[in-house]
Amino acid sequence: MSLLEVHNLSKRFGGLVVTRDVSMVLNPGDRIALIGPNGAGKTTFVNLVTGHLKPDAGTVLIAGRDMTGATPTQRVRAGLVRSFQVTRLFPEMTPEEHVALAVLQREGRAARIFGDYRARSEVMDETGEILDLLHLSAFRHDRVSDIAYGQQRLLEIALAMALRPRVLLLDEPAAGVPSSDTVLIERALDKLPPELAVLMIEHDMDFVFRFAQRVIVLAAGGVIFDGTPAEVAADPQVRAAYLGSYAE
Amino acid sequence: MSIWRRGLGVDVLATIAILLIAVICFYTMPSNLSLLTRIIAMMLLVLSIDLVTGYAGVATLGHAALFGAGAYGAGIAAARFGVTDPVAMLAIGVVCGAVAGGLSSLVILRGRHLGQLVLSIAVIMLAREAANKFAVWTGGSDGLSGIAPSPLFGLWRFDLWGKTSFWLAVVLLIVTFLILRQIVRSPFGMLCRAIRQDETRVRSMGGPVYLTLVKMYVISGAVAGLGGALSAVSTKVVGLDSLAFETSAEAVVMLVLGGTANLFGAMIGTAVFMWFEHEVSSINPFHWLMIVGVLLVTVVLFAPRGLTGAISSLWARFARGGSQ
Repeated sequence: MSLLEVHNLSKRFGGLVVTRDVSMVLNPGDRIALIGPNGAGKTTFVNLVTGHLKPDAGTVLIAGRDMTGATPTQRVRAGLVRSFQVTRLFPEMTPEEHVALAVLQREGRAARIFGDYRARSEVMDETGEILDLLHLSAFRHDRVSDIAYGQQRLLEIALAMALRPRVLLLDEPAAGVPSSDTVLIERALDKLPPELAVLMIEHDMDFVFRFAQRVIVLAAGGVIFDGTPAEVAADPQVRAAYLGSYAE
Repeated sequence: MSIWRRGLGVDVLATIAILLIAVICFYTMPSNLSLLTRIIAMMLLVLSIDLVTGYAGVATLGHAALFGAGAYGAGIAAARFGVTDPVAMLAIGVVCGAVAGGLSSLVILRGRHLGQLVLSIAVIMLAREAANKFAVWTGGSDGLSGIAPSPLFGLWRFDLWGKTSFWLAVVLLIVTFLILRQIVRSPFGMLCRAIRQDETRVRSMGGPVYLTLVKMYVISGAVAGLGGALSAVSTKVVGLDSLAFETSAEAVVMLVLGGTANLFGAMIGTAVFMWFEHEVSSINPFHWLMIVGVLLVTVVLFAPRGLTGAISSLWARFARGGSQ
């Protein structure tokens, strides 16, 4: 069963068509990159899929269920989780609190009024494992506003992992990270569960070519290409629209 | 913040500290017990504002409506229905406060930022006007009198000196404090802090935002209602001033003075503000409001995180100095 199906999604703002008849299917284990020039409609597409915008036409199915009219929260609970292009974390909270909150939320216990979550060993064990996996254990009790940006990006990935999604949308996971630290993000992404379907928006083409098995190119709101990284680099239309000198 | 935030040990220490301060006050200023009881009732209101504003980030200038709901609930039960058992009156106050909290949250949570603040002011205005109009029940602008609580547990009469009220207030404060400490360190408390910092992020984690805030408002209303009922039981009158915008605004000032998102801040801010106000107004009855204003400006300028924030900074500096 495919985990995410998008059929004929369209959206216009006034006279401007920002998403034009986009369809795609994500299966378990997929690693797909979504690329395209600025203004191609990548962020709008993510917002349509996650429910932050209502499409004018088209349907979104998550794990076989029609979620076109569902709220963002309902989609998260159905297994569709996103990360943000600009880090959105809780600056006064610690990495441990972030991950514990996500674990508790996944288990439907985040709204419990009594009981210290720190006393629940299974929550703390899982939280510790995820922080270890992403090399964040050393900072687990620091305020997030005090840790480095690269680590904040890793924490975004840790949060996504703690929610155990079926489909993960990564919106430029390496944005703003110094190139020397990009490798840390790449390593973290390698640790994502293999059966998870991942759709990544990214500008760094080297990163895309290493990560993705499939590349989808968006231009002027529509899909202009869908194929392997090797094919995308050779495609004349994509070169013209996007890659430009990079492919030379 | 670490000084305020260390599990059960702090709870025990704080309980001992509150009791100790209460005993000292009881013996050193026996003629001021009713003022001290009023301060504790106000602390409950300020604690309840801290829950919605400090922890969950909902700005409100109408929280006295919940305090007033508790006060009128307990007062009307006693004066009109003959429910004079003080424990029953307090319970009625808690329920009325919680219901008022739930209802007002449905209005206030419709707004955002400034709009939210305006809605909260509208709530307190409407509540006050309603109490004024239904004078048959509330006594209107004359206030509700004829409240005569029977002895507490049938043992302790509510005496002229306010000894019973004072100890009742101290016990209620400690019990409330301990329950709220549990709540703020529960998963729910953490979720509320997360919502204050970025509610879109909470939604994208699948977290319930609206229901959580309504729930926090109900809890907060119960605490404010308890404060109102305590004031009805101890003063034996309920006036329109318990539903005043000024009371709401002053309570917010006390919270900021003490430090938000900190239960100690709520209690310390209230005690300092009300004690200062009391002293200054008796020393200088003509210019005391100005002196209170100067105190507030000083605190906001030099300790923007309130008195507890200033204490944490000093503590941190002290701890660093000691370790070097």
